[in-house]
Amino acid sequence: MSILEVRDLAIHIRAARPVDGVSFDIAAGECYALLGESGCGKSMTALGLMRLLPAAAEVAFGSVSFEGTDLLALPESGMRDVRGGGIGMIFQEPATSLNPVLTVGRQICESLHLHAKLNGAAARARAAELLEQVGIPDPVRRLDEFPFQLSGGLRQRVMIAIALAGSPRLLIADEPTTALDVTIQAQVLDLLDELRRTQGMALLLITHDLGVVARMADRIGVMYAGQLVEEASREAFFSRPAHPYSVRLFAALPDAANRGGRLTTIPGSVPAADVRHIGCRFADRCGEVMPVCSTELPPWREVDAGQRVRCHLPGAAPAVSSRVGAGDTASEAATPPLLEVRDLQVHFPIRRGLLQRAVGAVRAVDGMSLQLMPGRTLALVGESGCGKTTAGKAMLQLIRPTGGSVRLAGDELTTRSTQELRPLRAKMQMVFQDPFASLNPRLRVGEIIAEGMQALATGDANVAAKIGPLLEQVGLRADMATRYPHEFSGGQRQRIAIARALAVNPQLLICDEPTSALDVSVQAQILNLLSDLQRDLKLAYLFITHNIAVVDYLAHDVAVMYLGRVVESGSAEEVLRSPRHPYTQALLAAVPRVDGVRGDAPKLAGDMPSAAKPPAGCHFHPRCPLADDECKRDYPGETRVGATQVVRCFKAG
Amino acid sequence: MSFQPVLLWSDALLFILIATIIALALWARRQEPLRAAWGRVLKDGVAMAAATVLAVFVLIGLLDSLHFRERLPDQPGVPARYAVDVSSVLDALLSDLRARSEKTYSAPLATHLYSKEALADSAQREFPRLKHGGAHLGQDLSSHEFDIALRVSRGCAGGLVIWLLLVSVWCKVRGLEFIEMLKVGADGTAMRPVILTMLPILLLFGVAMSLGGSYHVFGTDKVGLDVLYLSFKAIRTSLLIGTLATLIMLPAAILLGILAGYVGGWVDDLIQYLYTTLSSIPGVLLIAAGVLMMQVIIDTHPDWFATTAERADARFLALCAILGVTGWTGLARLLRGETLKLRELEYVQAAQAFGVGRFAIMLRHILPNLMHIVVIAVVMDFTGLVLAEAVLSAIGIGVDPNTVSFGSMINTARWELARDPIVWWSLVAAFFIMFALVLAANLFADAVRDAFDPRSSA
Repeated sequence: MSILEVRDLAIHIRAARPVDGVSFDIAAGECYALLGESGCGKSMTALGLMRLLPAAAEVAFGSVSFEGTDLLALPESGMRDVRGGGIGMIFQEPATSLNPVLTVGRQICESLHLHAKLNGAAARARAAELLEQVGIPDPVRRLDEFPFQLSGGLRQRVMIAIALAGSPRLLIADEPTTALDVTIQAQVLDLLDELRRTQGMALLLITHDLGVVARMADRIGVMYAGQLVEEASREAFFSRPAHPYSVRLFAALPDAANRGGRLTTIPGSVPAADVRHIGCRFADRCGEVMPVCSTELPPWREVDAGQRVRCHLPGAAPAVSSRVGAGDTASEAATPPLLEVRDLQVHFPIRRGLLQRAVGAVRAVDGMSLQLMPGRTLALVGESGCGKTTAGKAMLQLIRPTGGSVRLAGDELTTRSTQELRPLRAKMQMVFQDPFASLNPRLRVGEIIAEGMQALATGDANVAAKIGPLLEQVGLRADMATRYPHEFSGGQRQRIAIARALAVNPQLLICDEPTSALDVSVQAQILNLLSDLQRDLKLAYLFITHNIAVVDYLAHDVAVMYLGRVVESGSAEEVLRSPRHPYTQALLAAVPRVDGVRGDAPKLAGDMPSAAKPPAGCHFHPRCPLADDECKRDYPGETRVGATQVVRCFKAG
Repeated sequence: MSFQPVLLWSDALLFILIATIIALALWARRQEPLRAAWGRVLKDGVAMAAATVLAVFVLIGLLDSLHFRERLPDQPGVPARYAVDVSSVLDALLSDLRARSEKTYSAPLATHLYSKEALADSAQREFPRLKHGGAHLGQDLSSHEFDIALRVSRGCAGGLVIWLLLVSVWCKVRGLEFIEMLKVGADGTAMRPVILTMLPILLLFGVAMSLGGSYHVFGTDKVGLDVLYLSFKAIRTSLLIGTLATLIMLPAAILLGILAGYVGGWVDDLIQYLYTTLSSIPGVLLIAAGVLMMQVIIDTHPDWFATTAERADARFLALCAILGVTGWTGLARLLRGETLKLRELEYVQAAQAFGVGRFAIMLRHILPNLMHIVVIAVVMDFTGLVLAEAVLSAIGIGVDPNTVSFGSMINTARWELARDPIVWWSLVAAFFIMFALVLAANLFADAVRDAFDPRSSA
């Protein structure tokens, strides 16, 4: 018995059709995952179900039936009871979905008042119960706290508690963990899974993350350009995806198996929502395209029991083999290091009072050391807030370090003035995380790329003549130099940012999460580009990321950061295959895996402590399952446990 | 020569400003991106209509800025002498209106004064006849309304004829059919809104000219001056005070705002201290103090100024400067906040990673991304300054009493609001002309901002 039936739902925004005929059912207690890249219409579908569409959008046709009630025909007052009462919803960004000026308790009680008609002490007691249910320690105290006093993971738990207050039979979770770190993501996913089992609540999970889908979903609907293209049970989908798009999504995932090779990319990008389609929407990007694909919309076809697909190809789509590339790009380790960081410290003073006296410091980076050989990739891994981005910027002297030394090819950087640094700037460049914020919207692409060459006066008389070849080097066309950044997609913008960095012929590229804002298929294109560039130009990368799969695919060496310090480092092989630090073990175990295999390492409880007040002794001891008195007293020294592997833990010896 | 040209300081500034704008326009024609952006403005109907209205205002202001002294009748044996009072080309064009002053208030299109007086040939107090308004009617006032209707229609017809003439000349130049001209996008620019806006403007001018010959279209003020003439004269004052004060205020606001936001540290502290102090003093008091100080300086040095016009002009410029110096705080504060946000953005850090200098970053990366705020603020401030002038003149610390401005018009009219029936025409005339000016400036600035935003031009 399905509690939600969606039939031919179509949403139009003027000429655009972000959702164009979507049908699916969700049974009670089931977890249904809508999977797709950004711009496929997943979130629009969810908003359409709740009738929360933006003003310009409207449901053109179709029906949505929830427990037998046609939601699209309900009056607005009836719909208000369904929202929160029948269907709950949680959003991607916990930081913005709570009202910052109301206490947590007030916000939960509001929902309880509306849907459970509870008031006063009864509501408060129930709210505390809900907070306990979502695993928030000390719930009674938390009721009187404001959202800014909670960490991201706790905020998302509060959001879930608010959604649960109406005892919904269906919970729509729109990318519930995308903004969270892997260890926190694992906690939130566990919670959602447990609630679904204990309360019999159905879950509509909207995500782009195959790992999350493998971890959570019973059935999966793959969305592409406003339509469902495949629907399957989890087992069927992960063992033999049927649609060429699904097959390519899997192939585009980086992991250790295709190390040194190339990732399969999907050429092109998702078509814009206002394009009219006659045939299959994926035809332009499909490897198995046939003449019929562009003229006829493929009908639904049963592949197997519980698996159906919208594709003209008979049977399941063939697997795509990733072409094996030029092999490992690592150079010999005997050369002197290109980048050597010793005891790097970055402290931000906390100022209080009338005279702004420094009363303490946020120790964002607190004594980290690492080495990067020319032509190699070092991945700096850690959760958000561990100081990895600050460390990267401090190495480039964008933030002046408080202490320690940074040497680039033997030259000390920290003691140089801004003027003296200028000649060295050409050797090191940075690629930023957000391709939408890293390009000045008022400058043309050509001007953006030329900026570095002009500022550093690299000796190229003809700056303009270099721009074309640079654009081609990163896979763009030379004539794009006269366009503005807003005309490009996220992946193209990231290519422009890479071209800008390459323009001054650097030896070291610090990449700060360069793919975390991109879709899987686009991420694969950028990763391929980076490894091509490394092979051709012998670049060294310092790759700052929280994505373990990317690390596994790309990195030669890994350094794991926790609260401003490196806790474990070594070759990727050693650190990722046989992690010795309990934090590394937990981090690796928390990554949701596409093959559905669960790590057996303990899940981490709690959040990373504040860098303003790091715990005494080993920073990790409050969350560590192995901690004893020694860990609370002293910070562990370095222990060498392998050929390259160094770990800072008393228990790793 | 029958006249001696006079160049007031404000005239000189205005001509320099216009020359700069023309030079910039010529330079922008050769810059591909700028040309494309202005091309978008040219294609925007509302912008072109607003530009037409603005152009009419600017034309009137320009005519009023060509000053000269008339040559007095020659007397044998005496070298040529020139009149003491300075007039402008506009004065010469409107000499009819200027010369025909009444005794005191009279309503628009009236034939009699507004207040009763004891007449010589009557025992009762009567409304005396106007000296000029409707004088051609003689004693027979029965044809008054018919005469007005006749003149209105004559004026309309005249306006229409001039309009048709202009349009057909334009068609000849562009080699287009008349009807084609009225279609959208006939020649790549939005000529249609310009032509359509010209029609009501010419009709209004036609009517004003035809009626103005024998009536006071907007009535007369306390000393019997024609309000239509005063309104024309006030346009220059408004335009100049808006643009000059903005131009004085703008560099300070932009420079200090960006410096405070980007450099931070003690520079930020100093600039913040400065603008907090400035803006914590009540604005009117500060301006009053400044104006009074200037007034004292001007009064103690009568030898600096050859004519009263020059003295009034000096006071006017001083007012612009004071408004500019006290007016930058709001915009600077806005720009500082926005700069604080922008400097953390990754493209600024990317530029820092290239070792691009501070000023280059402020110029290339910060300023262009603040321009939308600047454009909005400039138009708002232009509006605000025009209105501020009105307020200051109303409390007696504005422009020189010899300078006609909307503020002084409103100020004199203010005293008559308590009269019954009230004297409304000065206020209404000032209100509608200011409204047209400010609205046109707003609409035009909106279009310019949109055209220069690369994100909206996709």
